[in-house]
Amino acid sequence: MTDLNEPANGRARIAAAFAQTQQARSAALMPYYTLGYPNRQTSVDVIAAIAPHSDLLELGVPFSDPLADGPTIQHSTQVSLENGTTVAGCLDMVAELRRRGVDTPVMLMGYYNPILAYGIANYARDAAQAGADGFIVPDLPPEEADELAQAATAVGLALIYFLAPTSSPARIASVAEKAQGFIYLVSLTGVTGARTAVQTDLAAFVARVRQQARVPLAVGFGISTPQQAAQIGGLADGVIVGSALINAVDRAEVDKPGAAAAFVQELREGVMGSRGE
Amino acid sequence: MEMKPTSVPDERGKFGPYGGQFVPETLMPALEELIRAYDEARRDLGFMAEYEYLLQSYVGRPSPISHARRLSQHLGGAQIYLKREDLNHSGAHKINNALGQALLAQRMGKRRIVAETGAGQHGVGSATACALLGLECIVYMGSVDIARQQPNVLRMKLLGAEVRPVESGSKTLKDAINEAIRDWVTNVETTHYLLGSVLGPHPYPMMVRDFQSVIGREAREQMMAQVGRLPDTIIACVGGGSNAMGIFHAFRDDEDVELIGVEAGGEGIAGGKHAARFADLSVSRIGVLHGTKSYVMQTPDGQIMETHSISAGLDYPSVGPEHALLRDQERAGYTYATDEEALAAFQTLCKMEGVIPALESAHAVAEAIKRAPTMRPDQIILVNLSGRGDKDLDTVMGALAL
Repeated sequence: MTDLNEPANGRARIAAAFAQTQQARSAALMPYYTLGYPNRQTSVDVIAAIAPHSDLLELGVPFSDPLADGPTIQHSTQVSLENGTTVAGCLDMVAELRRRGVDTPVMLMGYYNPILAYGIANYARDAAQAGADGFIVPDLPPEEADELAQAATAVGLALIYFLAPTSSPARIASVAEKAQGFIYLVSLTGVTGARTAVQTDLAAFVARVRQQARVPLAVGFGISTPQQAAQIGGLADGVIVGSALINAVDRAEVDKPGAAAAFVQELREGVMGSRGE
Repeated sequence: MEMKPTSVPDERGKFGPYGGQFVPETLMPALEELIRAYDEARRDLGFMAEYEYLLQSYVGRPSPISHARRLSQHLGGAQIYLKREDLNHSGAHKINNALGQALLAQRMGKRRIVAETGAGQHGVGSATACALLGLECIVYMGSVDIARQQPNVLRMKLLGAEVRPVESGSKTLKDAINEAIRDWVTNVETTHYLLGSVLGPHPYPMMVRDFQSVIGREAREQMMAQVGRLPDTIIACVGGGSNAMGIFHAFRDDEDVELIGVEAGGEGIAGGKHAARFADLSVSRIGVLHGTKSYVMQTPDGQIMETHSISAGLDYPSVGPEHALLRDQERAGYTYATDEEALAAFQTLCKMEGVIPALESAHAVAEAIKRAPTMRPDQIILVNLSGRGDKDLDTVMGALAL
């Protein structure tokens, strides 16, 4: 049992989560959900309900101009902001999840401007205190990331870097060198959002990164069904599903947490044994 | 023509503490490719000759400077001159950059162009350049702006561009840029993003400035040839700030030439309904929007604020990073004109000079009207008249209840 009061362990907890799933011959399942959507209480309940079926959680801190996100996540963050969600409120929701016994590693996904407004060092410190384990910042490439990377390191948290199918060999080498926790591989050139088919040249992309990387590789963007999750799980160490989960919550008229848990369980069955040989 | 690299930005696109490249990883390789392609193109005499040829034979450059005699006399102070970017083909300075980038896209083998537009002038400029060069053109435009700039929407369609309405957020320029970037991320292999102002990730603020710097180079020569000296003050409106950077750039080292940028004061600073990023530091702080670090109007929690201006082209919550640096260095001064002042200046210029300015440019005219009476008749104000006002007739008639 990890001591959640000890903040300087986020990276170790992320590493442990991937190690455990590898032992179980499965890819790690990392659902994304927007904090404060459709309201504060429901979002906390949804996250608490999916956590037991998840290896890691990616929780969205809403921003008014989410330029890497497709319509589903855009809508969810807009609703969350209309409900009055703040950065501090998001950290408070993470703390509440920890108090409720949710032990799954939490990656906070948020754009850079609200972090700058909060103060980089304060954000890292308060996120660690709330019980977060790492940061995902989609508009912060490694070139601009030094300040947040240092602040995260100071409190034991991981700053996650991205690679995309367009990344050059030089960029892959540089990110592999700097990577903490895991590398977030964008499955396709595009924004987030559920899609019907997985990019065909994904295997080659994952293999290119695998040659250089020393940390696990998680793939996200466009993964929406248990079959796709299984397919990705056969290639990568982690599978990230966001918009499809939000769609599942939207479809449920009653018991949104139950519907979310059922959907994540289906994904779970998809990835189980995906790294079988 | 020669476009010399200057000391800013540095190789990572930093203008002092501003600028940079805050974009998703998917776009970083595209920016690296663009930096290389632009660097090669601007050293390529053939490319620059073609660009210059089109500026002369198609845009109609050089644009003249006009002495606003009746206006100057009426105000009883400094002599006001107008740099007539309104006389460019397609009606504004935007075509200078649109043509440059469209030629560059063609050179890079990218045949699909996406652009954002606020007032529609950059959309029209992009559609025009794409029609000329045979490129596909998709323009993202907020639905609020589509409603208030109908003539430009029709122009873009006639020029063969597809205008895609943007319904997210405030449905204005900022949201059009979000949507254009999302398109670019998705289609980056085939598509060039033709960004219309000195905004966005490196190299855009530098490249757009360079393509617009023809305004200042011409104006400097024209002032020397026609008046025998440089102006005392140069005034330009600042939304993203491309027409202002375009005219300021050639005068940067002329320390005796005062550079003044005019932001949109909207309904006044006190009520918060404006786009005066430098004037209202209660809501404007250093932040990151659309790939660049600069002053950004935002809530205490870092959410981008909605802005207001009667002119769609100035209705944007951030400002080009080089303007932020010029302001910090006190090389340029920044002020604002309200909607009401811009409308009054619009009418004055129509009646006294027979020139219908764009509402954006009318903000610069308003500042000249304020300053001229405080100056001597032997002093000179040069206003960058960045565009013409045909597109604004509906807005003006509505506001004046004509």
